[in-house]
Amino acid sequence: MTATAPPALATLPLADDALVLSHRLGEWAGHAPVLEEEMALANIALDLLGQARALYAGLRDELGTEDEIAYLREERTFLNCQLVEQPNGDFAHTIVRQLFFSTYQQPLYAQLAPKLPLAEKAVSETAYHRDHAEQWTVRLGDGTEESHARMQRAANALWRFTGELFQPVEGLDLRWQELEGEWAASITEVFGRAGLDLPEGQRSGAWTAGAGRQGLHTEPFGPMIAEMQHLHRSHPGATW
Amino acid sequence: MSADWPLWEVFVRSRRGLSHTHAGSLHAPDAQMALRNARDLYTRRSEGVSLWVVPSREITASSPDEKDPFFEPAADKAYRHPTFYEVPDGVKNL
Repeated sequence: MTATAPPALATLPLADDALVLSHRLGEWAGHAPVLEEEMALANIALDLLGQARALYAGLRDELGTEDEIAYLREERTFLNCQLVEQPNGDFAHTIVRQLFFSTYQQPLYAQLAPKLPLAEKAVSETAYHRDHAEQWTVRLGDGTEESHARMQRAANALWRFTGELFQPVEGLDLRWQELEGEWAASITEVFGRAGLDLPEGQRSGAWTAGAGRQGLHTEPFGPMIAEMQHLHRSHPGATW
Repeated sequence: MSADWPLWEVFVRSRRGLSHTHAGSLHAPDAQMALRNARDLYTRRSEGVSLWVVPSREITASSPDEKDPFFEPAADKAYRHPTFYEVPDGVKNL
């Protein structure tokens, strides 16, 4: 631990990413195409939830308990990127979202590993998430005409949410350009193996997404956190 | 959908030095995905250090109907078991 740890609040966007994506993946429970895949998605969701909890625990002095942070904040105070709040859609949408995000998250955690107690375990967890998404991307992209079309449609739809990932987060001293370069190279390689075309639209700039880190979210996010928070808000202090 | 996927038998080695033990079975589209599904289904609680997956159709099993001819003869030949022989007193380290 030679490097200086980042200020606690700087990790809030990363924690919110993990919580929100965990919740989205949890929505697959009972709905996944096969039992084996349901377990895989639930495992990934639980890994992400663990990462979120570890980071929230470090914010106790600033924001309160883990439950308060997750369940009692308003939409505008969540700093997750807009990519992770996008609805599950079909299985292709979920896999492409997962590919775009874990290809970003794993090298990011790797850069943070010397500075955060969370990150080392999280690097190997996210390496598995990334592998899972890549395996499916190649199989579905290079699968049937139907699966290929669905993957391409999902990639085109989610592309405009990927530029936001590389907006520097205040307080996190990371090599953002290097992260973006690695990400683009990896996605290009996986898409090549999957026989998918890289979407042509811009990833950042006008007409793309990108204010999640400032607390602005897309329309599906409100209903999602309403569902996520309603139990805690209806029965404050309820325990299992 | 899983009806189209072949069945795989999963073997888990719980730690170094032990042999792989049959843990169960699962459906997967191919061997690589079977390994990953096996990881999620059978090694979530640090049960293993190594995994094998084998297509179930590749396993040839003995038939329950042939149980007697297959396994019965061993029982009546007591000299096949080590307990048949008396160990001489002078033998050490046995």
